[in-house]
Amino acid sequence: MASARKIWIVLQQREGKISRMSWEALAAGQKLAAATGGSAEAVLLGSGVDESAREVAGYDLAAVRVADHENLAEYTPGGYVGALAPAIRSESPDLVLFPHTYQTVDYFARLAQETEAGLLPEVTGFDADGEELLWTRPILGGKLVSKVRIRGDEPVLVSVQSGSFSADELSTGQADVSALELDAERVVPDREILGVEEVGGEQVDLTKADVIVAVGRGIGGPEKMGPVEELARVLGADIAASRPVIDNEWLPRDRQIGSSGQTVAPKLYIAAAISGAIQHVVGMKGSRVVVAINKDPNAPIFNLADYGIVGDVHEVLPALTAAVREVKGT
Amino acid sequence: MRVAVCLKQVPDTEARLRVDKEGRWIEEEDLPFKINESDEYALEEALRIAEASDGEVVVLSLGPARVQEALRKSLAMGAARAIHLDDPAFAGGDALATGRALAAALTREEVDLVITGSQSDDVGYGGTGSVVAGHLGWPHVWLVMGVEIEEGGTAKVTREMESGKNEIVRVNLPAVIEVQAGINHPRYASLKGIMKAKRKPLDTVGPADLGLDSGQVGAEGSRLEIVSVSFPESGEGAQLLEGAPDEVARLLVEKLTKEARVL
Repeated sequence: MASARKIWIVLQQREGKISRMSWEALAAGQKLAAATGGSAEAVLLGSGVDESAREVAGYDLAAVRVADHENLAEYTPGGYVGALAPAIRSESPDLVLFPHTYQTVDYFARLAQETEAGLLPEVTGFDADGEELLWTRPILGGKLVSKVRIRGDEPVLVSVQSGSFSADELSTGQADVSALELDAERVVPDREILGVEEVGGEQVDLTKADVIVAVGRGIGGPEKMGPVEELARVLGADIAASRPVIDNEWLPRDRQIGSSGQTVAPKLYIAAAISGAIQHVVGMKGSRVVVAINKDPNAPIFNLADYGIVGDVHEVLPALTAAVREVKGT
Repeated sequence: MRVAVCLKQVPDTEARLRVDKEGRWIEEEDLPFKINESDEYALEEALRIAEASDGEVVVLSLGPARVQEALRKSLAMGAARAIHLDDPAFAGGDALATGRALAAALTREEVDLVITGSQSDDVGYGGTGSVVAGHLGWPHVWLVMGVEIEEGGTAKVTREMESGKNEIVRVNLPAVIEVQAGINHPRYASLKGIMKAKRKPLDTVGPADLGLDSGQVGAEGSRLEIVSVSFPESGEGAQLLEGAPDEVARLLVEKLTKEARVL
């Protein structure tokens, strides 16, 4: 059986609130510990995070370790790497799990480089049944999945993709809270934080939409949006898009669905020429019914769609508009 | 300013992909390759910064012989010089191994700024630029949507956060900036640029030139090993509707009305 003696899960909190993806990472850590006969410890970084630590201590963990320092009040890679690197070096956890957030990716590669740990980003699962632990992670924009093994014995930093483990499956317990020893001279910000801005002001609130017609890069260009608008009109739908469409400025940024856009859950989501990269999927997988139209039969969007049409959106969308009109008698 | 860009050539993911015979990677023969999307934005950002400061851009890429196409294209877009990390030992590296090699190549250059893309469209580790920064001992920022070079050796950098917010930070230069796709509009190479590119220097280096053992780079120097790749089980849960556009459209509307009851 694959073994991992000591597992750390580094949680992400902001203003005392632990993020949903952190709970999912914690669930992954508990599962790993159970499957490998290891122990799971949660690690919490911040300033004045006692209350969060007590909340985490209510779960089945070997310990809750707290790195509390005023320089950790706001996230900076310098502060976070400076806090975690000496701890990883001295305590040698086998695996350190993180939620796969933008914040994690911003610093954990650097943490791996500094501690000579391995770096395994964006895992969606693991298999501990064989001789050694095998991890799954998407590649090529989610078109394929890879199985990955770790070489060598030193620590490995792993980030856990959103939706891969369920926070509902966390087992409760009673864990001791203790301080993670810090080298205060090392906990130093390496960037000055000047402020936070809203992007695009979110004038369009897609979260309230009943029906969404979303388009991807495969639509081809802004001049090809006519059939999309027609379909949206007959369905009374809002138009949305995946990131490449927004980056190309074919639609404004407040129409973006996904990890850097809005998260929606309409009753009907029509994904036209959207391949289904994870960054998009996290923003729409709560939809009740998903229709995917794509010319590539291997597009990952077909894995989560309820209805799929393999075909050219430029032919299918006008046909769909006509079919809806027939039914509605307009 | 002298700006270095690290870019990767990746398979065009719009192309039809096949798993190779060993089942460990995709079949690369006959596959179209292109500059990784966010790396092309990185090059454009570097060119703009260099042009605004009367500087120049040096572009680096690690990979097999085909990578020289990507480097020539970069030279045609306006880079002054290219460095190709070209050796079989470099192949198959994870973010740590590739970052180590690129950092070693960068220490031989006098640059004020390194710009990379935020993530590759093939393996997608998203950490190579940060690893480079770690080796150089420079600050870095990942997922960058804006860079403003300031007087006095700093840069004001906009980085994307989750849920539609950006954070504005200031870092000291030199630094490594890992840009997100969409930060700018990459230019097209002009015919003149393409002609000029043919005469621009493109140097090739191997591990020994960089003071590295072949065991420190590529698959040998990596902590990760891909043991298999496969297509996810396709159409799991999806009812695939087939036929002419008119027929499938009618069938879909019927199903949405009567089966799913969402219309």
